[in-house]
Amino acid sequence: MNEMTTIPVPTTLKDWESDQEVRWCPGCGDYAILKAVQRTLPELGADPAKTVFVSGIGCSSRFPYYIESYGFHTIHGRAPAFATGIKLANPELDVWIVTGDGDGLSIGGNHTMHLLRRNLNCQVLLFNNEIYGLTKGQYSPTSRVGTTSPTTPLGSVDRPASPAAFALGAGGRFIARGFDVSKNLPEVLKAAHAHKGAAFVEIFQNCIVYNKDVFEDFAAPKGAEDRQLWLKQGEPMLFGNAKTGDTKGIALDVEKLTLKVVDVADGDWQAAGVIVHDVTNRSIAHMLVEMPFGPFPMALGVLYDDPRPTYDEAVLGQDAAARAGKSTDLAKLLAKGQTWTVETADQGPLSNV
Amino acid sequence: MASLVAEPEVTVSNHPEAVVVRFAGDSGDGMQLTGGQFTLSSALAGNDFATFPDFPAEIRAPQGTLFGVSAFQINFGSTDIETAGDAPDVLVAMNPAALKTNVDALKPGGLIIADTGEFTKRNLDKAKYEVSPIDDGSLAKWQVLAFDISALTMESVKPYGLGNKEALRCKNMWTLGLALWMFDREREPLIDWLKAKFVKQPVLADANIAALNAGHAYGETAELGGQLHKVHVDPAAAKAGLYRTITGAESVALGLVAGAQLAGLEMFFGGYPITPASSILHSLVRLKEFGVTTFQAEDEIAAIGAAIGASYAGKLGVTSSSGPGIALKTEAMGLAVMTELPLVIVNSQRGGPSTGLPTKTEQSDLYQAIYGRNGDTPIPVVAACSPSDAFDCAIEACRIATQYMTPVILLTDGYIANAAEPWLVPDPASYAPFPVTFLTERNGPDGTLLPYARDAKGARPWIKPGTPGLTHRIGGIEKNPGTGNLDYSPAAHQTMTDARKAKIDGVANSIPAQEVALGETSGKLAVVGWGSSFGPIHQAVRRARAKGMDVSHIHVRHVWPLPANLGDLLRGFDKILVPEMNTGQFKTVLRDQFLVDAQPLNKTSGQPFTIAEIEAAIATYFDGQPGNAGGDEVPPNAQQLPSIKAVNP
Repeated sequence: MNEMTTIPVPTTLKDWESDQEVRWCPGCGDYAILKAVQRTLPELGADPAKTVFVSGIGCSSRFPYYIESYGFHTIHGRAPAFATGIKLANPELDVWIVTGDGDGLSIGGNHTMHLLRRNLNCQVLLFNNEIYGLTKGQYSPTSRVGTTSPTTPLGSVDRPASPAAFALGAGGRFIARGFDVSKNLPEVLKAAHAHKGAAFVEIFQNCIVYNKDVFEDFAAPKGAEDRQLWLKQGEPMLFGNAKTGDTKGIALDVEKLTLKVVDVADGDWQAAGVIVHDVTNRSIAHMLVEMPFGPFPMALGVLYDDPRPTYDEAVLGQDAAARAGKSTDLAKLLAKGQTWTVETADQGPLSNV
Repeated sequence: MASLVAEPEVTVSNHPEAVVVRFAGDSGDGMQLTGGQFTLSSALAGNDFATFPDFPAEIRAPQGTLFGVSAFQINFGSTDIETAGDAPDVLVAMNPAALKTNVDALKPGGLIIADTGEFTKRNLDKAKYEVSPIDDGSLAKWQVLAFDISALTMESVKPYGLGNKEALRCKNMWTLGLALWMFDREREPLIDWLKAKFVKQPVLADANIAALNAGHAYGETAELGGQLHKVHVDPAAAKAGLYRTITGAESVALGLVAGAQLAGLEMFFGGYPITPASSILHSLVRLKEFGVTTFQAEDEIAAIGAAIGASYAGKLGVTSSSGPGIALKTEAMGLAVMTELPLVIVNSQRGGPSTGLPTKTEQSDLYQAIYGRNGDTPIPVVAACSPSDAFDCAIEACRIATQYMTPVILLTDGYIANAAEPWLVPDPASYAPFPVTFLTERNGPDGTLLPYARDAKGARPWIKPGTPGLTHRIGGIEKNPGTGNLDYSPAAHQTMTDARKAKIDGVANSIPAQEVALGETSGKLAVVGWGSSFGPIHQAVRRARAKGMDVSHIHVRHVWPLPANLGDLLRGFDKILVPEMNTGQFKTVLRDQFLVDAQPLNKTSGQPFTIAEIEAAIATYFDGQPGNAGGDEVPPNAQQLPSIKAVNP
């Protein structure tokens, strides 16, 4: 997002609701994400006139139609390319890319990689439902092995991609995770917006028609504290139930150079060697994005946040430097190089017959 | 005027109207550089000219091989030159492979200058010669001037202490020196250029200058048995004014800059490297001060996506590629049609399909440009006919794109992109500006916003994000005719399809009526062309008319939509012949649009038409007419069609 050079614009959630009828399936996780975004934008002081939502194709990509801002629903997988042109054409615009696991990691994986590598100043919200919804339920690049679908009746055999690991590997400087109905989602979105550069947010989203409750094992409210690790800058990586005294933490297994789960007795997490979350630690970030759910809780919140100069600044800075003091006289440009002058008047083409 | 040098049996007279020279050598021999500098020298001598660089797709093909030969042909003269010439008068062959691949194109009686230093057993083997052609009499129908240019070059640069390899690199300057002597040219501009080029390596500057001077002196002093003599080509008559040389790629880049200025916009150019289109991007990255931002994208799709994004945000989005890359951009072009945003797409066509002939020219992407998308997706198409014409065509593409809120395709080709010609530098003030306006207020009844309201031309308003009060959403889904909101209803799709078509059809109202490039507006035969075949068609028609044939040349710039009067114009002719470097695409478009009996003349060898090929085809329409010798006979060779009649009996 931009440095807030502009004065915050006072808006309410209502101001961000467009007059379009929302067309997702009743009960779809997208509704909750839409509300979370509409709730967050006023808190950011965002200006609807300077906000652009750009999307590709898929259920998630209908998102821009429902936000009362500028919106561009483009073609499958290519939203990052359009966003790049928009941001380079007008860096004042606050650009949000909304994509899904198929759009952003399958057909558009290439563009997602290059957007993150270049570090375009924007937010990327990848709704991961581990399925193709709009085409009626085929398995996606994030579907788990064994997913049965119309194209994999015997179960899928290819290993899934991990969006956060992909984003970090591509050179992303901000990696966060949330899920559709989480009350923490607005905080994650705010952090993404505060990051200057490409901010990648994987949002687990429940497709109630084709992949119902696939994230229930960690997203269900009951027992959530044991299955969700909400990361906070400068705080120890603790989870579990403090009230019952069943607190656990994430520590480094120095022998194996991996993460491990440790029990925290009497709140003494230091003694247990629990890691204090440092969002700028790229090595730990690599471990967190790869941390398998099951033996470990699901790492959520801001996993990594370490800004670098942005692509748009670099491009436009170079443009400005190259333009400084140069003539913009087109007549001079056309007459550049080695020229010669013909003095005589027009004799007409000699060979005209 | 190309290759009307003289009667075939005479080689190069002392005062010819035009001369065709072809420099051919190994890819590493610097033939393109030599040709380029000889071109500049021709310009400074006041000759009209046209060039044809012809190089392999491989960057540094193995030395001495047949497929590694790089050639540069220039036709220069004191009359109007519109093609690079059918057959060379002079062939400079730097090695056996260059001789083998080029000699058949040489005019009977033409002059071969060959470097015997390279005619070693090894190089002869690589060129698949069993014995040296210089010795076995196989070159008898030409004049051969063979001497050891390599050794002479080495000798001339000896004082500079260069290594063997570096010393031999000066061979091209030695050869250029000889050519400068032969055509009575000044050396000073070349010497200045070498000094500037090697400003950081003065030894190389000195060595190259010494080689240039030595080549020149060799012509002056050597006794060459009357084979080589000085030739002077008079300056061509030309309109008074300031001239420069220009290639099509430079011309497109400058035209786009001019077009953006005339529209009052900054330009965003998204590109991905591809031959022969990359040079447009190379030119534009150096023009940032003209409000140009360039973006080398990760692929062709991202290049056009970013360009459309920039157009959406209020700049003039431009993307450029060649056939295979244009194919990848197709889906995004559909989105630009659907969202009705301005965009210029430049296609520097090359031989296809697939990877095809990356460095050779063709006009075979016409169907792709006019029809090649899913859905009813009309896009205006403008085709440049020469390097200098590409400037005006680029401006025209910008005008249509911004005035009609539509993507526009600008077609050039490998020949136009690489070829150079003199350009009478235009005054930018002579072009009428077409400033764009952005919507700043709600435009519907009762303070509503109608992003898809249409003006008299059928164009919708251009609304920049960032404009307060005008937030709205656009996308590739069918929309309501006014609000632009999603609308799949039968009425909406019918209305919007009709509106998109009507808008593009209406572009025809803003383009000039089709004129006849040469000849009468009705008669026996019209030769109808588009794109870079202008030169050979024009000269062929001129020659045929000189022989008394009733033939006219019509050249179409706006290939979609076609000029409103074109149908009537064509119906004024008994016969219509359409020469194209494809299998008959424009012919089919003309038949479809006007129900006229357009006949094809096709060539897909990767080489431009020769004048003689078209002249011969014209002659078939005038059998029995006095003075019709059936066109000049050009011996068939590897680079020309075996026979026009065989292809179009």
